[in-house]
Amino acid sequence: MTIDTLRLTAEDAAGLLERKEVSAPELHRAFVDAIAERDGGLNAYLRTVDEPDGDGVPIAFKDLISTRGVETTAGSKILSGYVPVADATVATRCREAGMTLLGKTNMDEFAMGSSTENSAFGPTRNPWDPERVPGGSSGGSAAAVAAGLAPWALGSDTGGSVKQPASLCGIVGLRPTYGTVSRSGIVAFASSLDQVGPMTKTVRDNALLYRTIAGRDPADTTTVELQQPVEIPEREDLNGVRVGVPRELNEAEGIEPGVKELTDRTIELCRELGAEVGETTLPRSVTYGLACYYLVAPSEASSNLARYDGVRYGLRVDGANVREMYEKTRDAGFGDEPKRRIMLGTYALSAGYYEAYYGQAQKVRTVIAQEHAAAFRDFDVLVSPTSPTVAFGIGEKAENPLAMYLSDVLTIPSNMAGLPGLSIPSGLSDGLPVGFQLIGPQFAENALFHVGHALERAIGFDYVPRRLA
Amino acid sequence: MAITRDEVLHVARLARLELTDEEVDRFTDQLSAIVEAVNRVSELDLSDVEPTAHPLDLVNVWSDDEPRPSLPVDAALANAPDRDGSFFKVPPA
Repeated sequence: MTIDTLRLTAEDAAGLLERKEVSAPELHRAFVDAIAERDGGLNAYLRTVDEPDGDGVPIAFKDLISTRGVETTAGSKILSGYVPVADATVATRCREAGMTLLGKTNMDEFAMGSSTENSAFGPTRNPWDPERVPGGSSGGSAAAVAAGLAPWALGSDTGGSVKQPASLCGIVGLRPTYGTVSRSGIVAFASSLDQVGPMTKTVRDNALLYRTIAGRDPADTTTVELQQPVEIPEREDLNGVRVGVPRELNEAEGIEPGVKELTDRTIELCRELGAEVGETTLPRSVTYGLACYYLVAPSEASSNLARYDGVRYGLRVDGANVREMYEKTRDAGFGDEPKRRIMLGTYALSAGYYEAYYGQAQKVRTVIAQEHAAAFRDFDVLVSPTSPTVAFGIGEKAENPLAMYLSDVLTIPSNMAGLPGLSIPSGLSDGLPVGFQLIGPQFAENALFHVGHALERAIGFDYVPRRLA
Repeated sequence: MAITRDEVLHVARLARLELTDEEVDRFTDQLSAIVEAVNRVSELDLSDVEPTAHPLDLVNVWSDDEPRPSLPVDAALANAPDRDGSFFKVPPA
């Protein structure tokens, strides 16, 4: 039978396998062929695995997820040729569920970026318009799912790196509650923010993948047990759900008119489905969120990236002495964005500046958490656009770091509070996907899946990019 | 300038990054703009706010003190750019 890789969801795939209408190797092969056919123009994959290594549904992993025996670069030259000797916990959990690895996807180097243009291996192109970015840093995973090069994928989110590319590519992306998915074996960027998240064509697929990877891991002591089992959503109404619309998130500077219009329409749809919709406020979280993140995350990164020194793995550039080796290796191996963030973090943590910068940012983080908690006293879910814009042109923001950082203005605040966020497609603006962000309190993934699924059904968005159909 | 060329050189030294002159100039400009933007956090009076280091209320997560096999030496050295027996080999200090 011909497998429609563009349209096939993971749930569809599982059904085909169960009814023995197709075998796992045939399914894997269909996607490997699709990659050969369509990935040349997209560069979603850094490397593929031709032979299936499981009897279940194929999956792609962002290249910062350690895969035993398969090169893992985190999008950086400094890890070129690095082959992990063990799987990340999330990779093990997927493998034990029978999933078969299709390959490793492209990303902004060390997850630092919002467009995948910071990859040391070339940008990934948006399947909806190849002159535009897929978003980042999980751009490769987003493009792979959107272009039917994988039924589903794992990405990672620190400042919005699952939600924003999902929005720009017209797919579903979950940033889980911090602590519900193991970071063991994940190349670290900012340890108090990083979370691996599912990227899928539908909300039900997202819940299915989250259920496979989530839960406490003894190898990562920042993880906790889920408070309830993951529910695969079925309800299509929103009766009894209180939806909050934070004015600062919805009126932030830079939100395009097309994005605003679709967001307003989706909020109205919540009402039609039976939700109680009301306005709320996050007085300082959006104004100070970006500044807070760009102090906390680079500070943690400056520590996490200190390990890349040419000694034990990855690139080594020789020097007359050890110190020279460190400096030359790091200069040659890191791209501009990691260098900028390492320096920013080092500066913010240095003697004389620590209190004013990092210390103050940690306090802003408390304020953000408190403001969200206050909003959640009156509402079950908060909503906003995921990204202020649709996919922008390749090269458009690449020379201006600050302009690039603004891509995450709407995803960052809830991330600072450790809260889960789901992005679902709300429609097309000028032919390009727009994402709708649902934010919940900690451990509220089931509520996000419920609301997301009901909206998805009502919106009826076709996730196959028109130019590929 | 929110951050000076000398400060950039100092910070690059701390982070073991050898930068070209062109890089130092370019990064000084870019970092200055970024530092000015993030310095916005100083506008808030947060003297009575506790800092948040971590989003969850986890304290002292212990594991049992039970011996378990650790990474075999060959696995640990599998990606070594240069090795000598069971050692990573590096230039002299």
